[in-house]
Amino acid sequence: MNSQAESHGQHISQQFNAELEDIKNHMLEMGGAVEKQVTEALLSITSADSGLASEVLVEENNIDALEIKIDEECNLILARRQPAASDLRLVLAIIKTVRDLERIGDESAKIARMAIKLTEEGDFPEGIIEFRHLGDRVARMVSMALDAFARYDASAALEIAQDDIIVDNEYGSAMRSLITYMMEDPRSISRMLNLLWALRALERIGDHAKNISEHVIYLVKGMDIRHAPLDNVAEEIARSD
Amino acid sequence: MNELNSEQANDTQSPTRTVDVSSVLGEKNKDRGALASCIDIEHLNLYYAKDKQALIDINLTIPKQRVTAFIGPSGCGKSSLLRCFNRMNDLVDDCIIEGLVALDGNDIYQKSVDVADLRRRVGMVFQKPNPFPKSIYENVAYGLRIQGINSKRILDEAVEKSLKAAALWDEVKDRLNDSALGMSGGQQQRLVIARTIAVEPEVLLLDEPASALDPISTLKIEELINELKSDYTIVIVTHNMQQAARVSDYTAFMYMGNMVEFDATDTIFTIPREKQTEDYITGRYG
Repeated sequence: MNSQAESHGQHISQQFNAELEDIKNHMLEMGGAVEKQVTEALLSITSADSGLASEVLVEENNIDALEIKIDEECNLILARRQPAASDLRLVLAIIKTVRDLERIGDESAKIARMAIKLTEEGDFPEGIIEFRHLGDRVARMVSMALDAFARYDASAALEIAQDDIIVDNEYGSAMRSLITYMMEDPRSISRMLNLLWALRALERIGDHAKNISEHVIYLVKGMDIRHAPLDNVAEEIARSD
Repeated sequence: MNELNSEQANDTQSPTRTVDVSSVLGEKNKDRGALASCIDIEHLNLYYAKDKQALIDINLTIPKQRVTAFIGPSGCGKSSLLRCFNRMNDLVDDCIIEGLVALDGNDIYQKSVDVADLRRRVGMVFQKPNPFPKSIYENVAYGLRIQGINSKRILDEAVEKSLKAAALWDEVKDRLNDSALGMSGGQQQRLVIARTIAVEPEVLLLDEPASALDPISTLKIEELINELKSDYTIVIVTHNMQQAARVSDYTAFMYMGNMVEFDATDTIFTIPREKQTEDYITGRYG
């Protein structure tokens, strides 16, 4: 039985409806905050803005606090309501998504830290184009994954999972470019290594966005696609619609 | 079993348990300061015979306009305790009660207390729906008629208001003169609740109110409890732990006549303090 966004609001217990709605909203709120973290972390590198990077590091604490709050709410729902079927999948998907969001927050903080180091080391024109390119794609994945969650859209979620393959390829080619820069100018090695760390963080953010999209498919279709070939998944999703 | 008994013996010496508002989690934080006591129980002992003690030194505060659930295995004393709150145990021969039970600060076991009036203020609903063999309307109006109210206008208003409060009005408004015995079990139970609240009590005691009902009727009763708690103090006895988890704000776990643990339901069902409570709610007891 597929679940839909509105199906969690039809319990006899109004209180239960409200509690499920609340955790979902709180998770999406956290998602919004994390999206902002990603965008600002990217901008702090591409525009060499260490002030913005510091803001990202401060905001990180709020993200952590949200994770703890939502986890506690999920705990209480599990203990008090014993949710079943689509309700259970919603609570489990939220618990997992919140963890991925928190990790995306961590990776954004890593990028912000690299931004501070890079600005201290002076100008860094090389490698930025590759970084911006990958960064834009990854940021889009995060916001699309959250959109898919909000709309219970399994097909959109599958597209994001497929995007992650492109991210991995682009990460590989960006890394090769950075290695080329390093070989051309050994004085840039320290800068390039920092940028490499930031690229690595982007690639990880892509992985977490993919995880979120997997949670969405689990929530909507009840399918665990974590280690399944994506082509088969696409077929199954089409069949169950 | 021996181990449980020895723990329980220690428990009787533990200090008075009262509402620990500071431990209440989450959105109930707004409870701090707003929480008033409705029923205070101090050093309550109850004997059904000289050597048959059913309640052992119970200390407890039932908070006003909240739902408090009593859970525990059969024979643990939860119904006996509930029945102390409107002196239902007076009807049991040889029943001896020691200690204090106070409603809004007044000892309800004083000689001067009018027991009929007490039972109006502290209404009770039992496990099996027990509507009178009368019409739906007369069932709800019954308590008011006993009080001498015969004005049709007042009775009509009270019946409508009570049936609405019991979430039953829409289902029965076109057949108020039909016999109450023709209703479904779940409807009968809501009718009994309507009858109880028609006389405007302060406290509702619910003794296993949903255990004879199907799951959907049960959820309707639970939703009703949730709606009624803004106006009434509700105490519910239930064998169904999940029901206690769903409906109550505070939960008391009783075992063999002792009050083992009393705390916010959020706490009891996530991080109970006592091992006995943990064992019971996780199904390890027995």
